[in-house]
Amino acid sequence: MAVTDAAPIITTRFGLDDGHTLERYLATGGYEGLKAALAKSPTAVHEEVKAASLLGRGGAGFPAGVKWGFCPPGVWPRYLVVNGDESEPGTYKDRLLMERDPHQLIEGVLIACYAIGAAQAFLYVRGEMALAQERIAQALNDAYEAGYVGRNILGSDFSVDIVLHWGAGAYIVGEETALIESLEGNRGMPRLKPPYFPAAKGLYMQPTIVNNVETLSNLPWILSHGGTSFAELGAEASRGTRLFAVSGHVKNPGVYEVEFGVTTFRDLIYAPVYGGGIRDGNELKAFIPGGASAPWFYEEHLDLPLESGAVGAAGSMLGSGAVVVMDHTTDAVKAAWRVVRFFARESCGKCTPCREGTTWLERILRRIVDGHGRPEDIGLLLDVCDNISPGIDWPPKQTTICPLGPSAVSPIASAVVRFKDEFIAACGGTGEVPVPINGAAYTPAPDSSSEVTGV
Amino acid sequence: MARFSEANLKTATEILSRYPRPKSALIPLLHLAQEQDGYVTEEAMEHIAELIGITPAEVLGTCSFYEMFKREPVGTYLVNVCTNISCMLLGGEELLHHLEERLGIKAGGTTPDGMFTLEDVECIAACTEAPCLQVNYRYHYKVTPEQADALIDDLRAGRRAHEIPRHGTLARVRQHIPADRRAGNAVPGEAEEPVWITRAAASEGGAG
Repeated sequence: MAVTDAAPIITTRFGLDDGHTLERYLATGGYEGLKAALAKSPTAVHEEVKAASLLGRGGAGFPAGVKWGFCPPGVWPRYLVVNGDESEPGTYKDRLLMERDPHQLIEGVLIACYAIGAAQAFLYVRGEMALAQERIAQALNDAYEAGYVGRNILGSDFSVDIVLHWGAGAYIVGEETALIESLEGNRGMPRLKPPYFPAAKGLYMQPTIVNNVETLSNLPWILSHGGTSFAELGAEASRGTRLFAVSGHVKNPGVYEVEFGVTTFRDLIYAPVYGGGIRDGNELKAFIPGGASAPWFYEEHLDLPLESGAVGAAGSMLGSGAVVVMDHTTDAVKAAWRVVRFFARESCGKCTPCREGTTWLERILRRIVDGHGRPEDIGLLLDVCDNISPGIDWPPKQTTICPLGPSAVSPIASAVVRFKDEFIAACGGTGEVPVPINGAAYTPAPDSSSEVTGV
Repeated sequence: MARFSEANLKTATEILSRYPRPKSALIPLLHLAQEQDGYVTEEAMEHIAELIGITPAEVLGTCSFYEMFKREPVGTYLVNVCTNISCMLLGGEELLHHLEERLGIKAGGTTPDGMFTLEDVECIAACTEAPCLQVNYRYHYKVTPEQADALIDDLRAGRRAHEIPRHGTLARVRQHIPADRRAGNAVPGEAEEPVWITRAAASEGGAG
């Protein structure tokens, strides 16, 4: 087991009752990273973050330092937008960071603004998170009062306002261009990329960096301990520590900060200090390694490290750090239906393949779950999947502006390929089922007698 | 009640002042309207349109996209039960059905006394605490049917009023930027290169 003894970086105040207060924050090393940043040039701060190899923690896993470098030179003003709209099923970490250590996030925002030259930041917090909003509002009020935010921060020439903004209930707003639309007061519908890459044409068509809450929460530590110290933790492309929420059928569901790139899924699910194994002595059936959009993993994937490259090569993604564990009592068809219902409900309606496709997938699956499945339903499901994302490949091919629609394909393809017999039984069919799936992209059962053929 | 009260108009003006473009304040102002009236009234949308300088139809266009905005009265307490994957695996659906029986309404409905509205919602980011629910966006973790019953009893008897405000009130703490601490809005077409960037570039000999 690679349960490492790496010290936590971003959860150090989670055990404190008053970890969210300015007083406690200052007493535990708070705002030291900001002071270290202000003693350097913005370029040097940017270099420090590049040296840390900090990958974005929102889902896409893009290196934060590289993203910052995409702002076109000489175009002002620039904005920083904080994505606190955590709502990917299974994902639970940003809310904790906002509720329990809001000053750490604010300090991270300040460091990022200083480095990229953002003169205003917007902290977009999911609407449903009332306590997070209260904690951040209080933290901002206290930080303004004490001179850490606003005009001439700590007596320097660095000035920035951080505006707390509320969402109002829409998963799609977690997509960065949809978030910007929402922040402009519009319906949260994604923009086409190109040309609307936020770093070039973002909020009000100005250069805008959108960073996730967890990503920014790492910055105070990186600045006070050095980017290279951060990069010493982890492996390959995945450096530092990372928060994983382990939920579902484990003995100890929880949010754990683990060394990135080294710890394995087996550690996370079975180690006594983490998930503690499957409940009631049951068998593992499947687990979702990185949020609802990720293809499912199984027993044979347990020894993969929590490392972006390795998980990607094995046919899924680490996504947003959401590990959902299903034991052998789980109905695979129903689990697939529930994930797909989510995408059908949350489709913004802009692109036809997603709007129509996810809706029909949900209806067909619901019919099967309700016991009215027809033998041809499996082929029908896969045909709709193929229309949303041709070839049903991984990573999914896109027919839409954002990845939401194609994401709905992966739980179905996962479940149909792996638990084909369950689907056949639920649909009242017998014998072979045509499975027009790119066989390499999804994992069949080890004893599967039938070939999974290409389209 | 419908247009903003005098006190809320003052709050609305303060919110508007924090954005480089007024339409960005639309969602926060809709929340303010919902806080005032318990739901978003047509009159409130008209007032918001006036304040921002857009049409009421544009306000409605945004308002109708977001699930939290209710355009008809809902219960004093909005009970949102998560049934997404992590909660489903640990009894979220059963919890929802229990509450449907208990309250005598289907998900989406409101009790005749106007006390409760029940909703079947998507992931609310408490997956390790499944099954979970929210009452007016305040969390309750690992909820058993018995605990759900006790919660309903408490809410009916007003025993939770101090911790759970009525529907519409989201955050009880507001951001307030003191005038003497404000950096000011970065307005497109007006804001120039920030001074700390200019200064650093000069001292680095134009590099960066």
